[in-house]
Amino acid sequence: MGILEVTGVNKRFGGLQALDDVNLNVEENTVHAIIGPNGAGKSTLLNCFVGRLTPDTGTVMFDGQSLIGRKPYEINQMGVSRVFQTPEIFSDLTIIENVMIPSFAKRDGAFKLSPFAAVRAETEIREHAEQMLLDVGMADKKDMDASAMSRGDKRRLEMAMCLAQNPKLLLLDEPTAGMARADTNNTIDLLKQIAESRPITFVVIEHDMHVVFSLADRISVLAQGHVIVEDDPQFIKGNPKVREAYLGDAHD
Amino acid sequence: MTDQATDGFVPTQSKSKGASAGGALGLGKKDLRLFLLVVAMCAFAPFILNPFPEGSGLAQFNAGYPDLMQRFVIFGIFAIGFNILFGLTGYLSFGHAAFLGVGSYAGIWMMKLLTLNVIPAIIGSIVVAGLFAAIVGFISLRRSGIYFSILTLAFAMMSFALAYSVLTPLTGGETGMQLQYFDPRILDAPLPEGQTPRASLFGLEMAASYELEVGRWLFTFNAGYYIAAIAMLIAFYGSIRLFNSPFGMMLRAVKSNQNRLSYTGISPKPYTLAAFIISGMYAGLAGGLLVAMDTQVGAERMFWTASGEVVLMTILGGAGTLIGPVLGAGFIKYFENIVSKINKSVLEGWFAWMPDWMTDVTVTIIYPFVGKGWHLTLGILFMAVVIFLPGGLVQGGQKLATVLRRDRKSKDAERDAAIQRQAGE
Repeated sequence: MGILEVTGVNKRFGGLQALDDVNLNVEENTVHAIIGPNGAGKSTLLNCFVGRLTPDTGTVMFDGQSLIGRKPYEINQMGVSRVFQTPEIFSDLTIIENVMIPSFAKRDGAFKLSPFAAVRAETEIREHAEQMLLDVGMADKKDMDASAMSRGDKRRLEMAMCLAQNPKLLLLDEPTAGMARADTNNTIDLLKQIAESRPITFVVIEHDMHVVFSLADRISVLAQGHVIVEDDPQFIKGNPKVREAYLGDAHD
Repeated sequence: MTDQATDGFVPTQSKSKGASAGGALGLGKKDLRLFLLVVAMCAFAPFILNPFPEGSGLAQFNAGYPDLMQRFVIFGIFAIGFNILFGLTGYLSFGHAAFLGVGSYAGIWMMKLLTLNVIPAIIGSIVVAGLFAAIVGFISLRRSGIYFSILTLAFAMMSFALAYSVLTPLTGGETGMQLQYFDPRILDAPLPEGQTPRASLFGLEMAASYELEVGRWLFTFNAGYYIAAIAMLIAFYGSIRLFNSPFGMMLRAVKSNQNRLSYTGISPKPYTLAAFIISGMYAGLAGGLLVAMDTQVGAERMFWTASGEVVLMTILGGAGTLIGPVLGAGFIKYFENIVSKINKSVLEGWFAWMPDWMTDVTVTIIYPFVGKGWHLTLGILFMAVVIFLPGGLVQGGQKLATVLRRDRKSKDAERDAAIQRQAGE
């Protein structure tokens, strides 16, 4: 049984069948990539996992519990973190504060009224956040304003924010979108290192084949809202269905 | 949540590091200094605000009389509370005067029904305003941005309309509410017929003052002012603690990126609602103190201009800063009470030394900006602050400090260079 099980998910926007009977099984502690041409429904699918969208029909089970109808923060509290396609950070706060917030969320839950506690005294939270920044190689910038960072740094910060919660499942929406080759390789190395050192399951949505084949243990190919193939990476490249739907499409 | 609270956290090596950086009262060194400065200013306000001798031409700029000093600190509380909502979460409430007014009505009813002691009145004001804020906030916070502002404005205007007409038995309608000698006051002994009830704190009347004459100077120490000032200091202290708490950090995160916050496992709604209620309670405290000082309320206290005023105070002083709202409140109240008193004959007195025609011209030019035209000056100042100092007066102070420091540094550098030159020659 997988940590994330998706069965018969349909989602329709007006006349567009965005997701068509999607089935997916993500094994624990693996990197599962979801690939597919533009408009295949990858982001829609991801949004069904995090509570932004509710599927019309079908089930999404995480760790034995249904995710359908839950709010984003509830799903996060269950152990699902996400990295956005365009980095979403708290740009008015400092970098260390950005990483402390998810740590607070993990420790104190979705809401805690503590107007008289002092952030200053939260040594454990601060040190944990510093460690996370060290892990992504940003420890030297911890007191900078988050708004002053490059896009690549923002992405790494977002990663540190997710890691600070020690999630069971980490969803990455095109983690290397808009990056230069060198940055992309750094990101791949970082992700590999995290995947090897921590018991985290990854679901990666990605365009870049280089990234997909360097990371993924398992790949699902989505085309026109439907999973056409789910297989190990070495069998994906040679699969005629994939060639037709994905690579063929890309050559048009 | 607690059983998994610590997993994933690295073991801590030095627990005392963070805590040792702080000063007393649970505040950091910088905040402690600021707080003590404000304490000192409140304590010595009767001196600081009365720099000019009695009877001198400048005496009308003295602000050290009880009524105005009370207003400074009470509206300071109002603005501090407003800033907790607007400065931290970015939600711009345009109806905060409603909570001030509701607090005032609750306070006067406590004084009518229970006792003339101000403590129950103030507690009643805070509680009732907090409850009212919970209702208004619960509904208004369903929307954000301009829609939130409009909803709060609508609530405040509804409150005003209700207080002004429909709820006359509760609010006194157009005439407002005053204390009467025949009010029930179940905890107090009845007053003799015709005697005006006076608010007190365990027998110490709010209006009680001690006057100190030093040469030509006259300083007034008023019981009501000091009680209000203590309330303001407690409110200010609470706001510093809140700003530095994880709760305050979450409120800033709400302002910065609500989307990210939801996907980080935080539910923004209870945070904004809590900030709204706390802010409403601050307004209630201010309303209660206003009643404690002048023992009357009118519905105009809830009018939209009163809500607008606290927005001006906060932005003028510096939204999101600790001391800004207090400065802004002081600034506006000073204008309202002092600059508005400069009339034509005062101006003519000032410029009497000029030739007659010049006096006329000067007075004609300046007159629209003072006296009843004080709003004009305030408006121009407000525009200047928003355009040139978006961080308010606090930012102005910081800029000035930076310039002075740079000045000193460059002077030091010049001197060093001069010494080096001399050494070289």
